[in-house]
Amino acid sequence: MKILVCISHVPDTTSKINFTENDSKFDSTGVQYVINPYDEFVLTRAMWFKEKQGATVTVVNVGNVGTEPTLRKALAIGADDAIRVNTEATDGFAVAKELAEVVKNGGYDLILAGKESIDYNGGMVPGMLAAILDYNFVNACIGLEVEGDKAIISREIDGGKEVLSSNLPLIIAGQKGIVEEKDLRIPNMRGIMMARKKPLTVLEPTTGEVTTSIVSFEKPAAKSACKMIDAENVDELINLLHNEAKVI
Amino acid sequence: MSVLVYAETSEGKFKKSAFEVTSYGKKVAEQLGTNVVVLAINSSDNSLLYKYGAEKILNVANDTLKTFNAKIYANVIKQAAEREKSEIIIIDSNSNGLYLAPLVAVNLNAGYTSNVIALPTSTSPFTVKRKSFSSKAFSNTQITTEVKVLSLSKNSFGLVENEVSGSIENFEPVVVESNLKSDSIQQTSGKVTIADADIVVSGGRGLKGPENWGMIEELADVLGAATACSKPVSDLGWRPHSEHVGQTGKPVASNLYIAVGISGAIQHLAGINSSKVKVVINTDPEAPFFKAADYGIVGDAFNVVPKLIEKLKEFKSNNA
Ligand SMILES: Cc1cc2nc3c(=O)[nH]c(=O)nc-3n(C[C@H](O)[C@H](O)[C@H](O)COP(=O)(O)OP(=O)(O)OC[C@H]3O[C@@H](n4cnc5c(N)ncnc54)[C@H](O)[C@@H]3O)c2cc1C
Ligand SMILES: Nc1ncnc2c1ncn2[C@@H]1O[C@H](COP(=O)(O)O)[C@@H](O)[C@H]1O
Repeated sequence: MKILVCISHVPDTTSKINFTENDSKFDSTGVQYVINPYDEFVLTRAMWFKEKQGATVTVVNVGNVGTEPTLRKALAIGADDAIRVNTEATDGFAVAKELAEVVKNGGYDLILAGKESIDYNGGMVPGMLAAILDYNFVNACIGLEVEGDKAIISREIDGGKEVLSSNLPLIIAGQKGIVEEKDLRIPNMRGIMMARKKPLTVLEPTTGEVTTSIVSFEKPAAKSACKMIDAENVDELINLLHNEAKVI
Repeated sequence: MSVLVYAETSEGKFKKSAFEVTSYGKKVAEQLGTNVVVLAINSSDNSLLYKYGAEKILNVANDTLKTFNAKIYANVIKQAAEREKSEIIIIDSNSNGLYLAPLVAVNLNAGYTSNVIALPTSTSPFTVKRKSFSSKAFSNTQITTEVKVLSLSKNSFGLVENEVSGSIENFEPVVVESNLKSDSIQQTSGKVTIADADIVVSGGRGLKGPENWGMIEELADVLGAATACSKPVSDLGWRPHSEHVGQTGKPVASNLYIAVGISGAIQHLAGINSSKVKVVINTDPEAPFFKAADYGIVGDAFNVVPKLIEKLKEFKSNNA
């Protein structure tokens, strides 16, 4: 089985979010970039298929050269090789188009992505990729088993879960549940050394077609101070929630 | 041209979000000087949509659409959009909506923007404000294609009554094939889900152990709320993963979020920033959560929560 894991390169979850150039660009000064947490879950699942079922695992990112350390980290975790499509990722559709080229040329059986990137929270790339390729697709995946060319997938739905079955090829947008937190791997020294020698292929973009663009960013208005209520006076809280906030 | 809204049903009944997207769609249509058309699949009472401005309802009654399949549904929405010459398609942010929307966009060669929180700030160029960076910021995004797909962030626009005397047309879409099969659906019955809840009561590690969740559930019960938890709580197995909220868990966009024994780490706040009113109960006056809260009580949950339950019961019986 050939697996492709789509890796989005995002600011670490603790990053301060600021903007520059008249609020038109994300300010990456001092920001640590990491593998998108959802992608880390699916990458870990891919490692399981590699170790238990002999799958090969390629990781891919659409981005400029600055994303290579993130791809190397994925290689250090255990992916076999990496592809970077050399273009600034600004629009989900453009990214999906580039990924579709990679998938067509590579003949992958299983394409794993995350449910969303935690920076722009688009939640669009995996679904668009599936629609472009007309591949089966499951979103918000919380469980995945593959036997031969058949997959059993669990997906989270509002207030429960749905179990689906599909043939390969298949595209998955995963989240926690596909593996657990404790299964996530931190690259060790040996992994990091090996990653340096693993192939990282740079491809030039093919399309450049965009459908959306960000004009500017804003930060939420400053919050007014929290009203403190005495622990002995919960009636006051109920009163405020009822008469002031009008939420109960 | 028109604005098309997809109004999701569950077992024949509209979800609350269906009324929210209809309210929103009506206003967008007004901005554009056109009409709103609402697509309803297997709904038992379409007339409920008139109250929120549905000028025209496309009614689809089809047994093969009883089970949701994203590809098939996306194709039905595409057909409806083509039939109605819709340039704007509006979808909710439920699990099915988020699954569908990117597929609909590609089917229609449309640009797609998720997490939209307000009416377009400009219709030409078409610009909308959306949440990004896990609600730590907003981005004003232009969609440059002729057809546009938006998914509306839950509880961001609200329900806006706008009674119209609309019309219903039956619509019989072609149902495409899909070999992705739904084998079973397991619903945790009888509980309010985090996605649908107006109020969410959430517990953190400050509650010490799973055995202490009785009071969280009782508080939720009194308020008709859903229960949630912080990430370590679900990692420790005290609560199911489906309750984990935050940056890497579920987003919460309720009217009221009550956090008990949660410190308010940045990753937790990222998931609940969009809740309108936040109440924090924590023993530590320095807990970062107080900075993000509207109302706070410095106190021991084991003392405050039972009192709050008792007083809320009194309040409910007086206001029933
Ligand atoms: C990549 C990444 C992603 C993450 N994603 C998420 C996420 O999505 N969601 C999430 O929640 N976290 C997430 N976290 C974890 C986050 O950083 C915090 O560790 C976590 O939110 C803390 O949970 P907590 O507040 O329940 O526990 P703690 O930080 O241990 O806080 C417990 C709180 O309870 C209070 N307390 C103690 N006893 C009592 C009492 N008797 N009564 C009242 N209060 C009491 C304490 O004062 C303290 O403030 C993530 C972390 C990382 C690194
Ligand atoms: N630039 C990118 N390169 C590779 N994969 C990406 C990229 N952007 C998004 N993805 C994948 O698509 C998922 C959803 O991202 P998004 O649609 O941006 O929210 C991510 O979790 C990744 O798996």
